[in-house]
Amino acid sequence: MINFTYVRTTTAKAAVGLLAKEKNAKFIAGGTNLVDLMKRGVTAPDRLIDINAVPLKQIELVGNMMHIGALATNTAVAEHELVKLHFPLLSLALQAGASQQLRNAATVGGNMMQRTRCGYFYDTTMPCNKRAPGTGCGAITGYNRMHAIFGGSEQCIAVHPSDMCIALVALDSTVVLSGPKGERKLKFIDFHKLAGTTPDKDNNLLPGEMIIRVEIPTNKLAAHSYYVKVRDRASYAFALVSVAAGLELQGNKIVDVKLAMGGVAHKPWRLLEAETFLKGKMATEANFKSAAQIAMKNAKAYKENAFKLKMAPNTLIEALNLAKSKA
Amino acid sequence: MSVKEENIPENEGRRDFLKQGTLFTALALTPVSLLKAADQKADEKFAELFEKVSLRIKVNGKAHELFVEPRVTLLDLLREQLALTGTKKGCDHGQCGACTVHIDGTRVNSCLQLAVMNEGKEITTIEGLANEDVLHPMQAAFIKHDGFQCGYCTPGQIMSAVACVREGHAGSKGEIREYMSGNICRCGAYPNIVDAIEEVHKSGVQV
Repeated sequence: MINFTYVRTTTAKAAVGLLAKEKNAKFIAGGTNLVDLMKRGVTAPDRLIDINAVPLKQIELVGNMMHIGALATNTAVAEHELVKLHFPLLSLALQAGASQQLRNAATVGGNMMQRTRCGYFYDTTMPCNKRAPGTGCGAITGYNRMHAIFGGSEQCIAVHPSDMCIALVALDSTVVLSGPKGERKLKFIDFHKLAGTTPDKDNNLLPGEMIIRVEIPTNKLAAHSYYVKVRDRASYAFALVSVAAGLELQGNKIVDVKLAMGGVAHKPWRLLEAETFLKGKMATEANFKSAAQIAMKNAKAYKENAFKLKMAPNTLIEALNLAKSKA
Repeated sequence: MSVKEENIPENEGRRDFLKQGTLFTALALTPVSLLKAADQKADEKFAELFEKVSLRIKVNGKAHELFVEPRVTLLDLLREQLALTGTKKGCDHGQCGACTVHIDGTRVNSCLQLAVMNEGKEITTIEGLANEDVLHPMQAAFIKHDGFQCGYCTPGQIMSAVACVREGHAGSKGEIREYMSGNICRCGAYPNIVDAIEEVHKSGVQV
């Protein structure tokens, strides 16, 4: 690992100030992705700002908003009574991700900031527009089994690997940021970005900004929520495809529905058109199938990942069925 | 430079002896010009000290006041500087769990922790589990159930297993498998590991 200077800080204000001072500085919280990338030589910051002592670990209901601090660990959120009660979808998604050791270290903010990535990004001997802009994409004509089927660009088809973020995007969350110009809020769906012509950027954070917390509005989906993750082994593997599904039912009628898919795009992939189709309809297999067809519009497969074109709609139907039958 | 076994000083471990032997060999083979150049490294030594960060840390109940480079992982600090080699380096990338230790009672991969992130923290490694000569119940259960073959993943498995029971995630074989999935065993001792953990959980013994 290339050496760097290190500083600890205890307030968000000081952290943002320190970040602004140094061009190639990064925050470190859990470190589970950053330290790994630094060991591989994929990233090499000159300075790390340790924000672990900043008091941002709160998990609390404020009115009709759940506030989750950026430094709450993935385990703390997954196992919190209020989260399990009001947002079981988030709890299930978190528990489907990584291993208990990693979840104990990883934070909510860090989970969002983990790199959208693939094997070519990690291998510094390979071309990768994300790691080294302009060098080309190894995956598009190479080994692309894990890669995107939605929103891919000519420059990058890596997927965002988070499970937590799939639940958060489905739940209409908002991100609170602090930067040199003060605080601002960003809808979670707008936090991450597609690769486009700037695959080196995974999100829409402005220079010098820091994630303070995530806010989730309360909903009536808790009784019928499910997270289905399909992967190469039963536990501790990235998703081939995952689906977060939440239904609000009156009898068998769908009053409200939230859907998002993981393992399929450069960002957490919300399925708004499928939701619009399902709202007001009956929760039947036939309607679920039609919704899945709508969700798959514009999907594009590459040489090795064509299986996702079948797996994705099937997983969506499965998640809807499981969410419906739950409770 | 060949060394016979009887030359090994008493009270000195095989590892320390190997280190010394390697150093002597290296010195013997170093050209004189390089040894002279070493004198000029004083400045670099000073720079190195300047960059090091102070770290107060407790490991297995023993307090340490250290100066470490920021890039040193907790795993390397334990193994290379504190000579606690029970914690193993497997993949060094958070994928295998061989390096699992407890930080303030919580299990984490020590290979992905920078040591300096643990100011004021209390670390427990496999060496800190037994009560002097009395094995920890999980260690005893691993022996009883033959929960290992080559043994390389075992310290991490046991640290993870103790945490798994303490967390309340050892309620069934299925739950144990899910919450132990961060510890890989290439010998495939999984069924026996699950049996060991299940027995410790069911016995109700304090872990």
